[in-house]
Amino acid sequence: MPEAPTASHDHARNGHRSDGVNTMGGLNGTAPPADVQPGPDASGLTGLAAGALRALAGAVARRIPVADLDERDPDYIRERLPGLWLLSSLYFRGEVRGLGNIPEEGPVLLVGNHSGGNLTPDSHVFTLAFCAYFGVERRFHQLAHNLVLSMPGLGTLRKFGTVAASPANMRKALDSGAVLLVYPGGDYEVHRPSWERNRVDFNGRKGFIRQALEHDVPIIPVVSIGGQETALFLSRGERLARLLALDRIFRLKVLPISIALPWGLNVGDMLGHIPLPAKITIEVLPPIHLREEFGADGSEIDIDEVYDHVIRLMQETLDALAAERRFPVLG
Amino acid sequence: MRVAAQIDISASPEQVWEFIDDPERYLHFMQGMTRWETAGEQANGLGARYRMLMRVGSAEVGGVVEVTEYDEPRDMAWNSVTGIDQRGRWRVRDRTGTRLQPRSHVELRLSYGIAGAGLLGWASERLAAPTVRNNLRRSLQQLKRTVEHEQLRRSAAERRSTRASA
Repeated sequence: MPEAPTASHDHARNGHRSDGVNTMGGLNGTAPPADVQPGPDASGLTGLAAGALRALAGAVARRIPVADLDERDPDYIRERLPGLWLLSSLYFRGEVRGLGNIPEEGPVLLVGNHSGGNLTPDSHVFTLAFCAYFGVERRFHQLAHNLVLSMPGLGTLRKFGTVAASPANMRKALDSGAVLLVYPGGDYEVHRPSWERNRVDFNGRKGFIRQALEHDVPIIPVVSIGGQETALFLSRGERLARLLALDRIFRLKVLPISIALPWGLNVGDMLGHIPLPAKITIEVLPPIHLREEFGADGSEIDIDEVYDHVIRLMQETLDALAAERRFPVLG
Repeated sequence: MRVAAQIDISASPEQVWEFIDDPERYLHFMQGMTRWETAGEQANGLGARYRMLMRVGSAEVGGVVEVTEYDEPRDMAWNSVTGIDQRGRWRVRDRTGTRLQPRSHVELRLSYGIAGAGLLGWASERLAAPTVRNNLRRSLQQLKRTVEHEQLRRSAAERRSTRASA
């Protein structure tokens, strides 16, 4: 579940500190246990539960891998391409357009809308398309929620170039000349209700623009449709997350509720689900060169204006893709 | 996985070779090919490199290939340098037509796969085969149409110029 980072992602495990980019990206999956402040009523059973949650948070935090871009393994990716191709071509009937809009070389910031719950089929389809088009030799990294990287069995994502979402990791990847894929909407967007499936919603996160400006790299919007049709997403469960203090302990602001196979009612989506075989269509838009388009006269670039522009472009494309679809899931 | 297609074209091997030796013409007749462009300074001949992509299923697959065998106007073979593993070959043979009605037998072969991809690799190669085979077959049909049309156009031009000079 790649996403753009918040400043709160920074902590010692990732070898960086906060740089004040506090409007960027998704939510950090974990926090150092020291961050957890038990409420004044933490006594008895409540205290016990809070202690257990703190221990769990600590355990998860310890599992978050130290970001090492060198863990990306082109040979491993190459050997996994056939499996991804089968999944993408036969199950999701994936279609990726406009890869030619991505420059042949140099660092680029790909900014996508995110769908499909914790399984994010759009990421799989796009990763296959990108690696097949440019070759596994081209450096390609994705930012992911810390919880995703710390889950047992998902460590292999690091071999695909996935690193924990944080401004420092983003900087590292762009400095290395890589193509970096971020999903600023992160878990907020990925768990949006199904009736908002055709809506781009970054929840106001604009840090990716600051990073693009800092590194002077173009932003390339990547718009996908179909992922949110792989289950019936009912609610982000923000209130539930607050009630269970997940926002304080894991910095998880959502506890999604959906109806999905094989669980039926699926709360949290922590174990994933079997996605419905919805057709996934992805369109890559032309690059946006921020300094040329928004600061040509040397004036300071208005982040809000850029944000509105990116969202408008992506929403227009998503509307056009939605108009092409005749039926949900079938496409 | 190896797939092949063949066709007879009413043109001499030299006339067919003119088309298959020109990287700029590939996108005009190769079915499913989304890219075939020179990678490097050498446009053709032994050692020439091309970046090629073919749409198969949900992805455009291919990579950089290098010409490893070049026997004009009979054989041209290439091997992949990056991308999926592949070997390809054009085989053009004279089919004893008359001087006025030459004929060539053209075969296009492609072997592809990903070493070390295991069972899923085996399955994906086989599932992709009908698409690839169909692409090769239609590419040869389009090549035949293009070459024969070009021959007709040239002979008509020759007739016109003969009439004009007479």
